[in-house]
Amino acid sequence: MTARNVVLHVADVHKRFGGLHALADVDLQVEEGTTHAIIGPNGAGKSTLLNVCIGRLAPDTGAVVFDGQVITGKQPHEINQMGVVRVFQTPEIFSDLNLLQNVMVPAFAKRDGAFRLNAMRSVATRTDIRDEALHCLEEVGLLGQKDAVAGSLSRGDKRRLELAMGLVQKPRLLLLDEPTAGMSRHDTNSTIDLLKKFKGRGMTKVIIEHDMHVVFSLADRVTVLAQGRIIAEGSPDEVRGNARVQEAYLGGAHP
Amino acid sequence: MWSNAARNDWILLAGFSLVVLCLPLILEPIGAAYPALMQKFCIFGIFAIGFNILFGLTGYLSFGHAAFLGVGSYAAVWSFKLLTMNAIPAIVFAIVCAAVFALVIGYVSLKRSGIYFSILTLAFAQMSYNLAYSVLTPLTNGETGLQLSLQDPRIIDALFVAPQAGLPRVNLFGLHTSGGGYAGFYLCAAALIVCFFIALRIFRSPFGLMLRAIKSNQTRMRYTGFNTRPYLLAAFVISGMYAGLAGGLMAVTDPLVGAERMQWTASGEVVLMTILGGAGTLVGPVLGAAVIKYFENIFSSFSATTLQGVFGFLPDVIERPLVSFLSLFVGDGWNLTLGVVFMLIVIFLPGGLMEGLRRIWSLFGRRPGGGDKVPAAQTQLAE
Ligand SMILES: Nc1ncnc2c1ncn2[C@@H]1O[C@H](COP(=O)(O)OP(=O)(O)OP(=O)(O)O)[C@@H](O)[C@H]1O
Ligand SMILES: [Mg+2]
Repeated sequence: MTARNVVLHVADVHKRFGGLHALADVDLQVEEGTTHAIIGPNGAGKSTLLNVCIGRLAPDTGAVVFDGQVITGKQPHEINQMGVVRVFQTPEIFSDLNLLQNVMVPAFAKRDGAFRLNAMRSVATRTDIRDEALHCLEEVGLLGQKDAVAGSLSRGDKRRLELAMGLVQKPRLLLLDEPTAGMSRHDTNSTIDLLKKFKGRGMTKVIIEHDMHVVFSLADRVTVLAQGRIIAEGSPDEVRGNARVQEAYLGGAHP
Repeated sequence: MWSNAARNDWILLAGFSLVVLCLPLILEPIGAAYPALMQKFCIFGIFAIGFNILFGLTGYLSFGHAAFLGVGSYAAVWSFKLLTMNAIPAIVFAIVCAAVFALVIGYVSLKRSGIYFSILTLAFAQMSYNLAYSVLTPLTNGETGLQLSLQDPRIIDALFVAPQAGLPRVNLFGLHTSGGGYAGFYLCAAALIVCFFIALRIFRSPFGLMLRAIKSNQTRMRYTGFNTRPYLLAAFVISGMYAGLAGGLMAVTDPLVGAERMQWTASGEVVLMTILGGAGTLVGPVLGAAVIKYFENIFSSFSATTLQGVFGFLPDVIERPLVSFLSLFVGDGWNLTLGVVFMLIVIFLPGGLMEGLRRIWSLFGRRPGGGDKVPAAQTQLAE
């Protein structure tokens, strides 16, 4: 592989919760335009790693570098404005708003920045934002329900909605935490297709997934995390054949 | 579909304005068509609309908004004392002072959310009340209350008109707005319509949408790239300015202000008005304010003697206990009635009077299968 630009560098990150070493010595590099999967058993620290990346948790030691800039210690909204967007494991949506509004809100963040006091103009006049939002809803297949209240959606649909909320921001780095959990096989496949489409557009993605079908369909590189440590990293085929990985998934891992 | 929504907004505004301007006609049958009461409806309507911009849109419950009401009144009276008896500078000064106050109090209080935010605003308001009542007596005239006097400089007025005997009256280019005349009412009505229009624009704006999103999921907003604090602070200051305007209008219609205007009961009252009418709706808070002020007016004027008159036809054995029981709820006991009504509303009609109207509307207005069902989220916006 030619040396590509490293977009995300998680440098020697440690994170403890009391006695629990949730992340130990994690060093990870994600190259521009690739899809990087992170797999590992429950409680391995995968979500914690993403939390560190988006500023939800501060690492005990180490730092996260995005596009040459240290983002550790920055506010969550600053990190988002730089182009790092996360889709959460348990859907985080605006339950009281309708689907269209749910997608328009992040589109406003992208267009108008972290704060803008535009109190006298009507949302209705922002057709640019409305069209972007409608387009993203169409891509995830929720256009027909655009006026429904988001809280009333099924779990799988909430995930698709959140995906649309992430995609509408056209992020440089999209962090996906189990985007297909709770989805039907059919919806999982259409999500895979959708994510493949965005790959062509140069978006870098980090994807946490338990579903190996998804991992092997999408990932260029796979990192395996177990008990807070990276136990293997390589191409999907390399990782599949790795004995330590199978051990970590089958029995308890002893790194 | 969007232009449709815009058209509906104009209809709503036109209807609202019409109702407000025709209040003297509409209220005639229920005997409430006198300016002093109607201007109260308008002033508290403004107060509640502003409060609703904070509480209805962001969900942040302030228990200290009476502080801004009081600041507005004091500022207006000082404008009368120092500058001129014209209402306009007084109103402007009231809004500006309230905004500055709201900026400071909001900045500190918004460091917390939920119950802690409410407690902080309550503490600030109570502090303001105590300052006004005793510490800042030179500014507020303490217990007696701030009022006009013959010795006031009134520099601008002094340049143009020769002082007359007796206290001058508040005026708006010749019309006397104090003293319970129609000029006062129409000034307040005009202000209410402007305030309603601004609130309508805020509700429909990106800013309003962001506030609603913050109410729905503030954490998500941060990870969506929004700095939520300035949004909340802006909403807080705007609602403080509404309160300041309401306070200013109180002084314009009656240039006398005491510290009790800042007391926590006054802060609680606007919470009741907003929830009673329907928090988060546009018309609800105004309706809540009018209903509370109307019934306050009726119930607090009742006395045991009036009740005896009403129940005089009953035998003495029944009449006496009944009257003594009911008299708990009238006159000074009006707050007891208010409390009971409020409890009933919160329990049986959590969406307030607006929800009640909507239910009645759907009972009579639309038969099932009418085909014009509006999704819940949109209904909420459309109010
Ligand atoms: N904020 C927190 N405070 C305390 N402990 C935490 C916190 N967040 C995570 N943990 C713990 O850290 C460990 C790693 O959690 P994490 O959520 O990162 O796992 P995961 O790999 O995402 O697992 P899953 O596949 O179940 O989502 C778990 O044992 C979890 O209980
Ligand atoms: Mg997880």
